[in-house]
Amino acid sequence: MDAEAARLLGAGLAAIGVGMAALGVGNVFGSFLESALRNPAAADSQQGRLFIGFAAAELLGLLAFVVAMILLFVVGG
Amino acid sequence: MAAESGKIDPMHQFEVQSITDLFTVGGQQIAFTNSALWMVITLGVLWAFMMGGMRRQLVPGRWQAAVEGVTGFIENMMVTNIGPQGRKFVPYVFSLFMFILFANILGLLPLGVVGVHPFTVTSHLTITGVLAIVSFGIVLAVGFAKHGLHFFSLFVPHGAPWWMLPILIPVEFVSFMVRPFSLALRLFVAMTAGHILLKVLAGFVINGMNADAAWVAPIVSLPSFILMIGISALELLVAAIQAYVFALLTSLYLNDAVNLH
Repeated sequence: MDAEAARLLGAGLAAIGVGMAALGVGNVFGSFLESALRNPAAADSQQGRLFIGFAAAELLGLLAFVVAMILLFVVGG
Repeated sequence: MAAESGKIDPMHQFEVQSITDLFTVGGQQIAFTNSALWMVITLGVLWAFMMGGMRRQLVPGRWQAAVEGVTGFIENMMVTNIGPQGRKFVPYVFSLFMFILFANILGLLPLGVVGVHPFTVTSHLTITGVLAIVSFGIVLAVGFAKHGLHFFSLFVPHGAPWWMLPILIPVEFVSFMVRPFSLALRLFVAMTAGHILLKVLAGFVINGMNADAAWVAPIVSLPSFILMIGISALELLVAAIQAYVFALLTSLYLNDAVNLH
């Protein structure tokens, strides 16, 4: 395979990682909403934890995005 | 018309350009750049916001209520995460939160319409990196000043069986040392990704309008433009969330330094 083609394919494959992070972030907020509706009184006190979980899940997707950007614009771009 | 519709470069917006070359230090050019200009603007807007709202009226007006809302929000976050001792760090975390929030939002302003190009300060790893290093440095300074060498017990989880320690201590150490990088990278990439997305969609709109075939504009440009409006709203949310996450994680790391665990 051509190195240029491999570079672009790799950048495209990194988009899978971003999509997986979308699953993770959706799961974080979905679970929060589900339990918040069961016990609305306790929901506000857990907002900090919600955002910690969101930040952790999001970071991994952002790392995949960084890989794509490095492949597109830094490596021989 | 389509012949000159070249490739639209979504990375051009992140270029740091010199506005005035000031002086040289040891062969290095020190210049006042567009990045520096937007940091000054951020600071000016932040200063104006605080000065306008820091009054001592018993019944706060709208502006004073806005400022007190933000300070109260940060103070509440520090007290819940650290305890009463967290009140000491409110000035630092508040400045951090407000600077990041204002920089994010000012970088999103549609000033390109009047010919000024907004520059998102927080879309550069150098700037978010410095903010993260300052946060991490404060955590280290507070931890060592408060607990001395006992601070290293942070790497030993409570209740772990002794034979697990050779594995747990390196893992805890790595997870501690990676904090400034994850802090800086998260903010920088979140802002960069949003702005690239907006500019790519803007490129679709412009190239679609310039296309030779008449059917391209309503089919490509219009949906892209509608999507851009939605993404812009999402970016406003992300700008606030990323500032909040940066402040929240800083407060959690400070909690480790103040209370160990």
